[in-house]
Formats: sequence, structure tokens, C-alpha cells
Amino acid sequence: MEEFKHFINIISRPKIIFPIILTLFFFVFPPTDLLFNINQKLRLHKIWTKKGGIILFSLFILFFLFGLTDPNFKLIVTKPDNVPIVGLIFLTFFFLWYSMKQAYDNDTKIAEGKPPKEADDAKEKVLVWPDLVYVEFICLILCSALLIVWSIFLKAPLEEPANPAISPNPSKAPWYFLGLQEMLVYFDPWLAGVVFPTVIIFGIMSIPYLDNNPKGCGHFSFKERKMAVSIFLFFWLVLWVFLIVVGTFLRGPNWNFFGPFEFWDIHKLEPLANINLSELVYMIVLKQKLPTNILLREIGGILALIAYFGLLPILLAKTIFREVYNRLGALRYSIFMILLLMSAGLPIKMFLRWAFNIKYIIAIPEFFFNI
Amino acid sequence: MAEEPKQERPSILKQITETQVWNAIFRTGVPRTRRQRMMVVLNNVFLHLHPVRLPKHAVKVKYTWCMGGLSFFIFLVLTVTGILLMFYYRPTVEYAYGDIIDLKEQVPLGIMREIHRWGAHLMVITVWLHMFRVFMTGSYKPPREFNWSVGVVLLVLTMLLSFTGYLLPWDQLAIWAITVGSNMAGATPFFGTSGPGSALLSLGDVNFVHTASDARFALLGGRFVGEATLLRFYVLHCIGLPFIIMIFMIVHFWRVRKDGGISGPT
Repeated sequence: MEEFKHFINIISRPKIIFPIILTLFFFVFPPTDLLFNINQKLRLHKIWTKKGGIILFSLFILFFLFGLTDPNFKLIVTKPDNVPIVGLIFLTFFFLWYSMKQAYDNDTKIAEGKPPKEADDAKEKVLVWPDLVYVEFICLILCSALLIVWSIFLKAPLEEPANPAISPNPSKAPWYFLGLQEMLVYFDPWLAGVVFPTVIIFGIMSIPYLDNNPKGCGHFSFKERKMAVSIFLFFWLVLWVFLIVVGTFLRGPNWNFFGPFEFWDIHKLEPLANINLSELVYMIVLKQKLPTNILLREIGGILALIAYFGLLPILLAKTIFREVYNRLGALRYSIFMILLLMSAGLPIKMFLRWAFNIKYIIAIPEFFFNI
Repeated sequence: MAEEPKQERPSILKQITETQVWNAIFRTGVPRTRRQRMMVVLNNVFLHLHPVRLPKHAVKVKYTWCMGGLSFFIFLVLTVTGILLMFYYRPTVEYAYGDIIDLKEQVPLGIMREIHRWGAHLMVITVWLHMFRVFMTGSYKPPREFNWSVGVVLLVLTMLLSFTGYLLPWDQLAIWAITVGSNMAGATPFFGTSGPGSALLSLGDVNFVHTASDARFALLGGRFVGEATLLRFYVLHCIGLPFIIMIFMIVHFWRVRKDGGISGPT
């Protein structure tokens, strides 16, 4: 058992778990036809059947129950303010399965030339009173019951009175912002706390204007809009929900990383060996001093950034994104690429940090401008 | 002599429902016939949020997950419990924490604070799941693009409401969570002291952006989380943001109807 816990602790390190999730993700939610065929061959779509759902869910609950036998796991999971996040994990899993199952069922029907399930239902019209009103009423009663029972059994926590002199370790933002706090590890606050949230909000708002695929409106479906679903789920599941889970359960004192069965040791030391790209280029590769001219010093990073946002979209449009470009047109494509590349910046920066200990690609601390 | 048939006394329920007062309030009577069932939705201001008839898929929990409706319901629960809490809570550094202690210890069987707190968590989750469902059914596609954007604003407002409420208990969790959250505002490009470009906004040696004039200061009403912040967050939490979110909710619900009702297969 200890070995198993140790194993879980090791693989849940972001360095290891994140690349695993990243690779697995695009096979489970394939954005392109090629990946979709591999997905079918590996029979990964079986997850979205009743059997697959039950197996996955039982494994998940088993792991959770097993975890509760561990004092460190139990301590963090049963903290009253963390209970909603445990709920969020289960709800996300359930509704993900529920929507994907209906989507795959509909895909099979559409492939057979039949209309989706919703279209069969939609043929019949019902009256709001009583058909909708009673559904709403039952949902409302169940929700009230849940809230009341939850409130009776779990008291709202209250910590020591506010004291500006003593900061708790770790200091965490409210849980729904923990994804942003996690980004702070890889980006400076002006990006992680201000620019990215703004871009995220406007990015989500712009989805309907960027996705001009008319198919799959008003029913669950996957095959008709693979790329849209895959990209959305990537951000929603991996960069949103998963980062919140990491931030809540796996980030301890000094924002150090701790495995789910690990004791939150305040004195845990992490070697800080991060260097900037300019230092890597000049001091380690070229073996000389950093130039005093800022522009000359950061030229590598600046060029990399220009290539990333300027050349990469054009290159992609000519190759694997040719179809996407033709469908979206120049304006939509440019906005889509800027948003996509900006958000892909997070996994890229994570990778650079883990693989090469890179801190900043462009570091101009003189103007608080670090990327 | 034939006895006159004894007239049966109508039941009390019937007597009540036949009074002038009753009929003045409930115009349509008990909705038994099809006509009455349609009229009850048309005549009632609350039920009037709905259309009269719907395609069957739209009433199935399987399709809607009921998450939008639940979000609205939880918002109402939070409003009611919030109003009750406002009776007992004073937003000053001196009293805030003590008032919460009083709520906890002096009110027998009191669960209003619990319902408010867990409800707030739950509302964030239901709003997210609502967004998730709307995406998975492709319901943001034309003609509903604008309503998706309004929905995103509602999502942000929900999180801001929760964020401002986080500070009010004035315990360690509260002020440090808000400190962590608001520190980022200090890094706003151009408008935060530690943000890039802030030094550009200066005349000679005079910086226009400093710790007492930057974005973080505007958010906190001070250089650190203190008395002014508490009042600021209290007003935003209880009046400012609810007012704004109500406006967006009205637009959201209105547009659901105007864009052709809940989405469905075409």
C-alpha cells in the first residue's frame, strides 16, 4: 500500500501528470479525423458507454475511498471549504460522461442517416403547465434539500480574526481563482492576473463568432464538431478544472507541490535553479557576459515571440490548418490563432520550466516586463 | 308530499375558491383544462418567463440538466439568506468578525450563514455546468451568439459576487484570500505600480501611478486590505454587483425567449 501511495505521489507531480494528461487528452477527445480514427481503433470511445462509465466511476470512487484511509489525504479533502471542489470533480466527471454518451449516441444515429434523439423528442409539443413546471419544482426541492442537509452537517468555517501581520502559509485565492494563481508560477502577475483573465473572458465570449460551423446546434454531438469540442474541453477540463484541483489539493506551504498522500511539510525545499532565456543563451551557450543593451540582451526572446505570433499562424494556415483557414477566413482565423497561441503559451511555458528551468523568455525587469 | 331534495353543502375548499377575493387573485382557477393550463402561464408574471408550449426535448432534464434554472434559483436563495444576514452583520473592522461569531454561537439551529456560503459555492458550480451544457449542445450558435456573451458576463459577475463576499467574515482566510487576489491588480499594465509601463505615466520625477493611485488602490480603497476595503466589498457584494447581475439576467432571460426559446435540433 505504501508503495502504491508513493507511486501516486510521484506520478501526480505536475512534471509527470501534465504531459500524460496532455497526450491522453487528444486521443480521448480527438480534434482531427486522424486522431479520431486512432481513438476508434484504440476503442477509447467505449468510455462513453454505460459500461465504461460505471467502470470509470467505480474506479474513481474506489480511489477516493482508499484515499480517505490516508490521514494526509483525508485532512485536505474533508476541509469544509474543499468539499465543494470534491463535489465539482464528481459532477464534472458525471456530466462529462453524460454529455459525451449522448453525443456518441447521436453520432451513431446521424451516421445511420437518422435525426438525433432530441429531434425525435422535439416532434411532440407539451404544455409548460404541468410538464415543465413540475420538473422545475422537483429540481428546486432537491436542490433546497441538498443545501439544507449540507448546511446542517457541515458548519461554515471561521478562522482566527483577520491579522494583517500574520500571513497563513499557503495563502490561497478563492478556489475558483486557483487556476489563475497556478499560472503565477509560470507567468508574472501582470500576465497571469490581469492580461490572461481578460483574454480568457473575451476569448470565451467570442466562441460563437469564431466557430462558424453550423452543424451540431441544439443537440449533443461530437463528430460534427470535433475540433470545437476538443479545444473547449481542453481549456475547460485541463486548464480550468484540473488546475483548480491541483491548486486546491496539491499545492501546500510556499506553494510547493505535494502529492495527494504527502504530508504538507513547511520546510520542504525545492531547488530554485531557474534562469532566463538570455542568460541561457549568453552565459551558458556562448560563455560570455550579458550585453548591457537591453534590446541586444533580449533579442533571442523577442525574435522567438515574433515568430510564435507572426510566423506560426501563417505556417499552420499553409499546412495542417489549411482547412480551418479556408473555413474561417482571414479575420476569424487571425483572432482564433492569437487566442489559441496565447493559451497554448501556458503549457509551453510549463514545459520550458520543467525541461530547461527557463524562468523568462523575455526578461526586462527594468520595466517590469517579463514574459 | 314529495320531500324537497336536500341540497348538499359545498365543501369548504369550494366555498373558498368561489369567493370574490380568491377569484380576484387567481384569475384562471385550478388549471384542469388545456385552455386553463395555457392561461395560467400567460397570466402569471413569474410563470410568464416561460413560453406556453415547448417541444418535448426542452423539458427533459437529460437535455437541459436544469442547471440554468438552478443557478437562478440559488441566486434567489442567496438573496433571501443574504438579506437575513444583513440584519446582523456590520461591515466594520471592529464588529464584522464578532457579528459572525454571534451568528455562529447565539443563534440556536441557525443555518443561514451555512446556506449562504455553501449556496455561493454551489452557484459557481451550477453556472459552470450550465455553460458546459450550453457548449456541448452547440446552443451558442446563431441566433444565440449574443446570449452566450451575456452568459459569460453573468459567469464573471457570479465569481465577483463570490469574491467580494469572501472578505466579509473578516477572518484570516478572508483577508489573505483577498490580498492574494487583489495583489494582481497592482500588476495591471500601465495602471498598477508593479505593472509594466507604469513608469511611462509620469512627468519628470512625478509618477502618476503609485501605490496610492493605482488599480489596486482603487479596488481596495487603501494601500492594503483594511476598513475601506471591507466597506467597499460590502457595498459591492450587497448592492452594486447584485444590481448589475440582475440587469444582465433580465437581458439573458429575455433573449432566451426572443432568440426562439431554448435551443433545439433544427
